[in-house]
Amino acid sequence: MTGAQILLECLKREGVEVMFGYPGGQVLPIFDKLYDFGLKFILVRHEQGAAHAADGYARATGKPGVCIATSGPGATNLTTGIANAYMDSIPMVAITGQVKTFLIGNDAFQEADVTGITRPITKHNYLVKDVRDLARIVREAFYIASTGRPGPVLIDIPSDVQLADTEFIWPKELDIRGYKPVIFGHPGQIKKAAKLISDAHKPIIYAGGGVITSGAHQELKALAERIQAPVVMTMMGLGGFDGTHPLSLGMLGMHGTAFANFAIMNADLIIAVGARFDDRVTGRLDAFARKAKIIHIDIDPSSIAKNVEVDIPIVGDAKNILGQLLEEIKKTPDTAQWLETIEDWKRKHPLRYKDDGKIKPQYVIEQLYELTKGDAIITTEVGQNQMWATQWYKYTSPRTFISSGGLGTMGFGFPAAMGAKIGCPESQVFDIAGDGSIQMNIQELATCVCNKINVKVLILNNGYLGMVRQWQELFYKKRYSYTSLYNPDFVRLAESYGAAGIRVTKKEEVRPAIEKAIAIDNTVFIDFHIEPEENVYPMVPAGEAIDKMIGGLA
Amino acid sequence: MRHTISILVENKFGVLARIAGLFSARGYNIASLAVSETLDPGISYMTMVVEAEDEKILEQIKKQLNKLIDVITATDFTKKEHVDRELVLVKVTYSPAAKDKLESVLKKYVGKVIQHKGDTAIIEAVADQEQIRKLLEELGKFGIKELVRTGRLAIAY
Repeated sequence: MTGAQILLECLKREGVEVMFGYPGGQVLPIFDKLYDFGLKFILVRHEQGAAHAADGYARATGKPGVCIATSGPGATNLTTGIANAYMDSIPMVAITGQVKTFLIGNDAFQEADVTGITRPITKHNYLVKDVRDLARIVREAFYIASTGRPGPVLIDIPSDVQLADTEFIWPKELDIRGYKPVIFGHPGQIKKAAKLISDAHKPIIYAGGGVITSGAHQELKALAERIQAPVVMTMMGLGGFDGTHPLSLGMLGMHGTAFANFAIMNADLIIAVGARFDDRVTGRLDAFARKAKIIHIDIDPSSIAKNVEVDIPIVGDAKNILGQLLEEIKKTPDTAQWLETIEDWKRKHPLRYKDDGKIKPQYVIEQLYELTKGDAIITTEVGQNQMWATQWYKYTSPRTFISSGGLGTMGFGFPAAMGAKIGCPESQVFDIAGDGSIQMNIQELATCVCNKINVKVLILNNGYLGMVRQWQELFYKKRYSYTSLYNPDFVRLAESYGAAGIRVTKKEEVRPAIEKAIAIDNTVFIDFHIEPEENVYPMVPAGEAIDKMIGGLA
Repeated sequence: MRHTISILVENKFGVLARIAGLFSARGYNIASLAVSETLDPGISYMTMVVEAEDEKILEQIKKQLNKLIDVITATDFTKKEHVDRELVLVKVTYSPAAKDKLESVLKKYVGKVIQHKGDTAIIEAVADQEQIRKLLEELGKFGIKELVRTGRLAIAY
């Protein structure tokens, strides 16, 4: 078989259902074999769209997403999407063409040192110099991408390697001596953790994306209910615990709920599960949760004690460790008084916005929730739209909220929605967007329309780069430096691609517009002309303690 | 504080760049580095000396090192019982008049002349860092023309 055939055969054996990508000079041999191979291929309109679509597919399904691009500019266009997947620990395999092996390093046409460029943004990467290594490398790539703390793996394949012939040998077993992720928690640590939990008075569970990655949501629910501890989630953790559950306090951090932030700041025990104490969560570090002991459960040893000192680190898979913990906890703490205090905070400081008859973005998202009752996949762009989506929609099950966390990539939501829809064709998929972000990958309208990938895009159009404008308003004396946007007519733009467009300028049109979009069997852009200077509250100013919120508190 | 870190890695292209990247991305300078093959040709051994002002960051780098797929083990020798050595080659000004004096310095610091030609002698010494520092101080009095040294090598019990 040729290298190109081996690659495709390996993808098939790895169970790949779909690949997102864009052809070009140095992947011609692969595309030639792809032509009649029978693997679903989605031709995007920009390689960044391919990487985000593969990422969205992976987040929605839990399976590794696959994208492919040519050498040079094709590969560099993938890099934002690769970095995005890396920051959020998303399993992805990115395949790039490379110039012929004997031209590497010669500044050949469309050459870039792609393994060099992607070294700090991949979990691992490969340059395939010998076709006989290809099958093993593909196998390793999928294994590394999807185990341990998942992440993107890139395989750079020179075009002469794609054409070279060799016998196809599928490696039965893999032995990577430098890669042995720890799966189960150390029993001694579990015992100590169980004791701390039993002795706590004000425990809180702080759940991150690791809960979703490891599929630990049921164990998490069991633990929360058993020890009657409230649960706060990071943005990546939303959906890992039912947002309508009485013990849920929603998201914490910079734009978290007041009661989530108060609760973690006053807790005497934090049980961190698959979360990494990111700066958007902790705020001012030396003021963060000073009274709390910390149990930190994470599969990545380098996440532990990186930002905060930890009392009991437990390295391993969240699902296993929570299972071990549940068996070990004999005495449950009495948290009745603690929960009462929290209920009081909930009553006093709910999320709120001023309803003045104009179209408020919060209202739009509330209506979307009312109509779907959480039975949909929501993707977001980055900025205000994203934060409102975390606050005003209740995520009841894992993999229903898909958003760019660590990297904060504008332009992520639309192609991610595309990938999610392909992975979960039965689900309704909505991208909550801003007028700025949507224009960063708007070319994918063509991909959606011609592949009949029906996603609905709710553009919260305020004519601004809203989050940056909000910071300028609050911290830069309202000097709106280059944040006001000139926008196209999104309705006609959608229509020109063959998608549908709806414009909404009155509050009473909001709900009917969403209903109509759901009914239309096509990709739909809904252009909501929202209140231009609405802010996201509550808000913790950068570098401040997270219980020092501004706005949104009565 | 100076740390000596030993790393067993897959003997593949690109591995050194991955390791160096962890340090350079954080603005850390690698003071010395020695790489060689081991008895197993598939495995290389690296000994690295780094200066860390913030121990917490170094701790993080060590964890990151262990996370690299091509790193088999990474060990910090700093708090372990170990032996370390460096090799230095020094070109010094040589004159018959100073010969005895030079010989006595070399004897004291386990160095030896491996070649001399005209007014130049090439001296070799294998010792730990402190010894080498003292030797170079002494040799300075004769006039050092050029010197090269390996990175530190270390082996633990």
